[in-house]
Amino acid sequence: MAHIPDGILAAPVLIGGAVLAAGGVALALRQIDDRAIIRTAILSATFFAGSLISVPVGPSSVHLLLAGLMGVMLGSGAFLSVLVGLVLQALLFGFGGLTTLGVNTVNIALPGVVLGLALGPTIRRTTRPGLRAGLAALVGGLSVLGTGGLVAACLALSSPAYAPVASVLLATYLPLALVEAAITAAVVGFLARVEPDALRPAA
Amino acid sequence: MIPADLRLRLLAAVLLVLAASQLAHLGPALAALALALILALAARPDRALWRRLRHVEGFVALLLLTLPFAVPGAPLLTLGPLSASLEGLARAALLAAKVTTAALVLLALLGTVEPIRLGAALHALRLPEPLVRLFVLTLRYLGLIGDEARRLREAMRARAFRARTDRHTWRSFGNLIGMLLVRALDRARRVEEAMRLRGFSGRFPHAALAAPTARDWTGFALLTGLAAAALLLDRL
Repeated sequence: MAHIPDGILAAPVLIGGAVLAAGGVALALRQIDDRAIIRTAILSATFFAGSLISVPVGPSSVHLLLAGLMGVMLGSGAFLSVLVGLVLQALLFGFGGLTTLGVNTVNIALPGVVLGLALGPTIRRTTRPGLRAGLAALVGGLSVLGTGGLVAACLALSSPAYAPVASVLLATYLPLALVEAAITAAVVGFLARVEPDALRPAA
Repeated sequence: MIPADLRLRLLAAVLLVLAASQLAHLGPALAALALALILALAARPDRALWRRLRHVEGFVALLLLTLPFAVPGAPLLTLGPLSASLEGLARAALLAAKVTTAALVLLALLGTVEPIRLGAALHALRLPEPLVRLFVLTLRYLGLIGDEARRLREAMRARAFRARTDRHTWRSFGNLIGMLLVRALDRARRVEEAMRLRGFSGRFPHAALAAPTARDWTGFALLTGLAAAALLLDRL
C-alpha cells in the first residue's frame, strides 16, 4: 500500500509533497533531451508492466515498486517514471489519488533516485558479480524500506492518531523489501550480462 | 451535470477532490458523500469500475480498525488494555466518508475517460510539454509491452514454472523483467530512429481541442459551486 488515497493526509503534508515532487520533476525535465524522453517513456511502460506481476509471499502476494531499479537505470528520470505510473494507476485502476499524487511520487521515487545515484556508479563499474548483486539488492530493499518510512512519516505528520496505522503499514513493507531486493539483484545481474549499457541513465 | 470537455472535467475533478479532502466535520462530509454517490450513479459506470472502490476500502478498513483506539476520549468499548473512544469512532467515520467521496468523484469524472485522449487535455492545460509527451508515449507502449509480458509469462508457464516463495521464483521474475527491459530499449531505439526519419525536430503534435460549450461551463460551475458550498458549510 504505497499509494495513499485522497482524503487522509493533512494539507501541509499534501502541499509539502507537491512542492517536493514538482522540484524533482523539474530537475528531471531539465536533464532530459528528446531522445531520452522516448527511452524514459518506453522504460516507464515496462516498469509499469513489471509492477503488475504479483509475487507470492507465503499465503499472500506483493506487487513490486521497482523504484530502486528505476533509480539505477534512469537517475532523476525516475521522478517522471513514477509520476506517469501513478497517474496511469489512478486512471486505469482507481489506485491512489489526485491530491496525493505529489506525496506519493516523492515517497516512491525519492529513495530510488537517492540510492541509484549513491550506488549506481559502483554497480556499473564493478566486474565482480557478487558485489554487483549485493549492491543491487541493497538498492532494491532499501528503496522499499525508504518508501515505507516516508509513507509512515506522512501519516504520522498528518495526525498523531495515525501512528498505529503507520506502524502496521511499516511492518507490511518488510516482506516486500526482501522480495524487491532479490528481484532487483536478479534484474541487474541479467542486464549486466546481456546489455550493460542499459544500466546507464543516459545511454 | 458532468462537463463533456476533458479540460473542465479534469479541473473539476482536482477541485472537488481537493475540497473533499479538506472537510473537517462529519455532517458536510456525509453530504459530500451523498452528492458524490449521485454523481457516480449519473455517470453509469460498469461493474468493473465499481470494483475499483475495493482497493480504496482496504485503507479505510485499516483506519476504521485502529483510529477508535488511537484517539483519546469518552470510552465506548474496552478490550483489555485498549479502549475505543466515541471521538475516535467519529474521526474514523469522517475519514471513511472523505476517502470514499474522493474515490467516487474520480470514478464519476475520470472513470470512463480513455487515457490516450487525456494527452491533448493535459497539453491544453499548459502542463510542461515533455511531461505530456512522456505520458502519451508511455500509454502508447504500455499495451505492446503488456502483451510482450503476457507472452513471456505464458512461455514460462509452458515450461512448468510456478510462482512460489523461493529464490528460483525471484530469479525467474528477475530474468523476465530484465528481458522486458532489453526488448524495451531495442524498441526505444527503433522508435527514435523512425521518428527521426519522419523529420521529428522536437515538436510533438498534440490534437487541438474545441472550445468548451456553454453546457460544459454550466456543469463545471455547478460542480465547483457544490464543492465550495460543502467547504463553506464545513467551516461555519
